[in-house]
Amino acid sequence: MNRIIKILFVLLVVRPVVLILLGLNVQNRNKLPLNGPAIIAANHNSHLDTMVVFSLYPLLKVHKLRPVAAADYFLSNPLLAWFSTNVIGIIPLSRSGRRKPQELFAECHEAIDNGDILILFPEGTRGKPEEGSTLKRGIFHLLKERPATPIIPLVTHGLGRALPKGEALLVPFNCDIVIGDTLVDVESSTELLAELTDSYAKLLNDCLTYNTTDEI
Amino acid sequence: MPLLFLFYTVNSFIIMINNISVFLDIPQYSFYFMLFILSLLVVATAIQVILGLKKPNLELRQRITSWWWIIGLLFLVFSIGTNTAIIFFGFISFLALKEFLSIVHIRQSDRSAIFWAYLAIPLQYYWVTIGWYGLFIIFIPVYLFLFLPLRMVLKGDTDGFIKSAGILQWAVMLNVFAISHIAFLLILPEKNAMAGNIGLVLFLLFMTQFNDVSQYVWGKTLGRHKILPKVSPNKTWEGFIGGLITITLAAGFIAPYLTPMTMQQGFVAGLLISASGFIGDVVISSVKRDLQIKDCGNLLPGHGGILDRIDSLIYTSPLFFHYIYYLYY
Repeated sequence: MNRIIKILFVLLVVRPVVLILLGLNVQNRNKLPLNGPAIIAANHNSHLDTMVVFSLYPLLKVHKLRPVAAADYFLSNPLLAWFSTNVIGIIPLSRSGRRKPQELFAECHEAIDNGDILILFPEGTRGKPEEGSTLKRGIFHLLKERPATPIIPLVTHGLGRALPKGEALLVPFNCDIVIGDTLVDVESSTELLAELTDSYAKLLNDCLTYNTTDEI
Repeated sequence: MPLLFLFYTVNSFIIMINNISVFLDIPQYSFYFMLFILSLLVVATAIQVILGLKKPNLELRQRITSWWWIIGLLFLVFSIGTNTAIIFFGFISFLALKEFLSIVHIRQSDRSAIFWAYLAIPLQYYWVTIGWYGLFIIFIPVYLFLFLPLRMVLKGDTDGFIKSAGILQWAVMLNVFAISHIAFLLILPEKNAMAGNIGLVLFLLFMTQFNDVSQYVWGKTLGRHKILPKVSPNKTWEGFIGGLITITLAAGFIAPYLTPMTMQQGFVAGLLISASGFIGDVVISSVKRDLQIKDCGNLLPGHGGILDRIDSLIYTSPLFFHYIYYLYY
């Protein structure tokens, strides 16, 4: 049932909004992992990031996509909680409280074992539009337990202009999606962060909507 | 006997075509011309397939596939009706404006003014559907021109105000005002019953795009002397002049069928379209060069973005419109 709701949501809401109102310049679409398990590590500028990734997938695969999202925000009220878990299919991650990493990432591990494709925003909360915040180490903890999972860096640019944080008015802009090479053999969390930061910087430069004036 | 058979086949074929044109409610000459364009596309596809056997050329293949989509959609909206076609051009304006504003540098605080710029599109095309020429011709250059800076002032962000105001005005003029002239051709009083107003649009679109192609072909075969090396290193005088001659001749011979113009007036129209199409092309090239990008988007595989396809039309549409308007209306 949830799978059908999600497919309808992608077909009737996500795709029209992303493809007509926004418009995407997708580069390296062939590098997108169509089958799990995999982790898409995306930079985060807007709520639209997740929607944009959804729109890239065939309808029969969208139920495999599991955005990892902050529990305190997405489960804050019953309606949003129902929508987030049942339609979007998020994996809630609690940001507050000191919990053991195993416990914290239990659901993520379960999803990886299930062959799902996790969408992760290592930069954490949505920063100032188009400004990457320091990558959090969480992704590495997640990976330590499932070292074979491929990580695919994905960069979006322009979404922070279309729908910045705290704005309700969506203004149409084309957005860039650039998919990077799968990261392999990452040994430490510092190495992973360095590789991701590096990859993001390179991918951003391929963006058509990227301006040398919007410094990261 | 075989000759008679041939005659009957050809005859019934023509009757069939005429029936289709009546059924689709597209005037005869325009319908013939649409078939001619489709057959050019078939020939181009065949050449591409044959060349592809020896050396596959992905970009050429994508380019031709995109052409099928563009022309297919265009002919579809033409056969549905005038208002559909006007909405279609409005949508093209939307895509082009969005693409333009996405690649240039604008400030976060310009979002609200940009929102109003988008709202101007349905209004501008609405004036077209009701045939209100007076408002159509001044709405953007006067009212929107004065309003947009006001909207920006209300935001209060003065850092970079001049640049943003300039970019926004230019973007709307290029992508909405100029392109909307194609749509207005559709509702002018009909002066050539055999072609209808679709004929005018077909003439403009075909001459503009064919000009791009012939400048490219002439440039490739004879090109020696660079015309604007700093902007478009591949453009040559030979390509420019070759295109000018080709389009002038083609326009002159086709004009009496598709438009109210005489052959002589058609020659002038061809000259106008060829020269101004070139200018539109290099203007958008300069924009891209300034931003250090190769294409404005990747909506049309093999072409780039929508702006990469309509760059010449931005210049040819208003100029051709006013030429025909001056001559006949």
